[in-house]
Amino acid sequence: MATTLLRPDQTFYPSPRLAAEAPVETLAYMVTFDPTRKTPDGLVTLDVDPKSKSFGRQIGRVDAPNVGDEFHHFGWNVCSSALCPYASHPHMERRYLLVPGLRSSRIYIFDVKPNPKQPKLVHTIEAKEIADRAGYSRPHTIHCGPDGIYVSALGNPDGDTPGGVFVIDHDTFAVKGRWEIDRGPQKLAYDFWWHLGYDTAITSEWGTPNMVEGGVNPEILLAGEYGHKIHIWDLPKRRHRQEIDLGKEYQMVLELRPAHDPAKAYGFVGVVTCLKDLSASIWTWYLDGSTYKIEKVIDIPAEPADPDDLPPLLKGFKAVPPLVSDINLTLDDHWLYVSAWGTGEFLQFDVSDPFKPKKTGSVHLGGIVRKAAHPTSGPLNGGPQMVEVSRDGKRAYLTNSLYASWDEQFYPDGINSWATLIDAKPDGGLSLDGGFFTTFEQRTHQVHLEGGDASSDSYCYS
Amino acid sequence: MSSALWPWAALVLLGAYHGVNPGMGWLFAVARGLQEKSRRAVLGSLLPIAIGHEASIVMVVIAVSLTAQVVPPFFVRLLAALVLVTFGLYKLVRPRSHPGGFGIRVGPAGLTMWSFLMSSAHGAGLMLAPVLLGLQVYATYHSLSEISLQAVAAASLHVAAMLLVMGVVSVVIYDKVGLGILRRGWFNLDLGWSFVLIASGAVTLFTAA
Repeated sequence: MATTLLRPDQTFYPSPRLAAEAPVETLAYMVTFDPTRKTPDGLVTLDVDPKSKSFGRQIGRVDAPNVGDEFHHFGWNVCSSALCPYASHPHMERRYLLVPGLRSSRIYIFDVKPNPKQPKLVHTIEAKEIADRAGYSRPHTIHCGPDGIYVSALGNPDGDTPGGVFVIDHDTFAVKGRWEIDRGPQKLAYDFWWHLGYDTAITSEWGTPNMVEGGVNPEILLAGEYGHKIHIWDLPKRRHRQEIDLGKEYQMVLELRPAHDPAKAYGFVGVVTCLKDLSASIWTWYLDGSTYKIEKVIDIPAEPADPDDLPPLLKGFKAVPPLVSDINLTLDDHWLYVSAWGTGEFLQFDVSDPFKPKKTGSVHLGGIVRKAAHPTSGPLNGGPQMVEVSRDGKRAYLTNSLYASWDEQFYPDGINSWATLIDAKPDGGLSLDGGFFTTFEQRTHQVHLEGGDASSDSYCYS
Repeated sequence: MSSALWPWAALVLLGAYHGVNPGMGWLFAVARGLQEKSRRAVLGSLLPIAIGHEASIVMVVIAVSLTAQVVPPFFVRLLAALVLVTFGLYKLVRPRSHPGGFGIRVGPAGLTMWSFLMSSAHGAGLMLAPVLLGLQVYATYHSLSEISLQAVAAASLHVAAMLLVMGVVSVVIYDKVGLGILRRGWFNLDLGWSFVLIASGAVTLFTAA
């Protein structure tokens, strides 16, 4: 594998504090997919240099060699965790993007080094290799770990439980196998991340492929059978340590954002909806003595609506659920961003006290009923969804599609996809004045920034 | 320098090299200090790391000493040369072998074990073999008790040098310099180390009397 000849890869930073001083990104990578599965999904390069003439526009694109992959999340081969003292490999290069197809279970590996604007497909991990070696399918989240590439998967090859985590060798891209040695009671999977300073991994729960691929199933939802727990693991020993149940009414416990500072043992997780009142919520988990606990810290209520304005799935409820689908935490652990995909709201909270968040900013874009416009657009559909934050915390990148089969249920008229850049004010607050707003043919999903961003890297030094 | 002294100087220099190398221990000590926000945690990590390193070295010292008891010096050199060249070639292919299953919150015993495995995977002890063979006691036949004294002295001198350098580096980085230096000063020595292993194997072979 490619290594630097002299110094460590200059995009690696020992601590989140040092990473926040990194140069400002000029390129962003974004995956897009075709919900009709007729044209290949793509890895798109965006020019995000405000001084450039093509600011905010697509300047490169590489197509998948197949159709119907459903690109979703993706991640780097190595990142700042390569500097961790117990498994250091500082001279590997951050140059490969691993892009899973959430439907096809393939993982494509693109090399961005020869031409950062036009990445090149160099390797494909087929679904069969993941099934044979790890017993999993539907790869979702990718995190570059200290000793390998970690990938979460929604289920087994039959689309049932268990979902879990598997590891890919960062030298050879071979699937090494299932990560869990003892999974305890854990069955459902979705996101995962860690507190490297506490040798602790956290996993969250959505549903199995069979529970989500045909769309959200109202029977499963009303029975409270989508995920409602998080799991705490011993990271090096690969063993389940603790299960925390948020309660059956808190359905779909998704994005995990642990504090970036490895000396802190708390983090935030978003819950899509509460069966009682369709509200969404943010919870803070924290270490208390030797066990983890969790506390609800933010409630985002549903908004009453005329049933005529609602899709069939929601008519009976006479309300729009906020549907918090993604959250993101700045590298200084100070600001938390929250996407409410249903109501079309993007929120900013001051979480310097993680138990007492203060709402500091909000903008509306799209939304099931509101259809709010950007200053440079007409009415929008879809809503703020995947959010990526720059390392200096000054810019948030947003896209508006969730997941093909769920997009159709909540936005039956179809989603006209966009990506936008929103500026964060230094003392809190959001601004749509600068930035960009760009529309795309295919549905837009996760964005990652050149050199790293607020969800790509983890750190071993405080 | 007299020919009797160079092996001792080499032992000290190799110890200092391992002490400076972030991957061999001082970085782990600093990480634990930062995590606990305590310089005592930095200092407390040094001895377990040194003990693990010493254990890895002693394995090689014992192997060389025992081999020297049963085969003539030339064959000891030949064997050492073969092992060094083979290991150097292996490190060319897999430069980044590090032990798995460790996290940042290892206790003193875990830290010792990590250091032992890390030093062994690095070939830290192997690199000492040609130096040991330069010591007078190994050059011609001596009894195991005669060898043991010098072997222990050799390994201890090496580790003492490592401990001293590692201690100074970790405290200076923790107190003054900060970890930003990792980005500028952590040179890629993997390739160089492989060639040094192979070269010292060759030297060991061709200087065989």
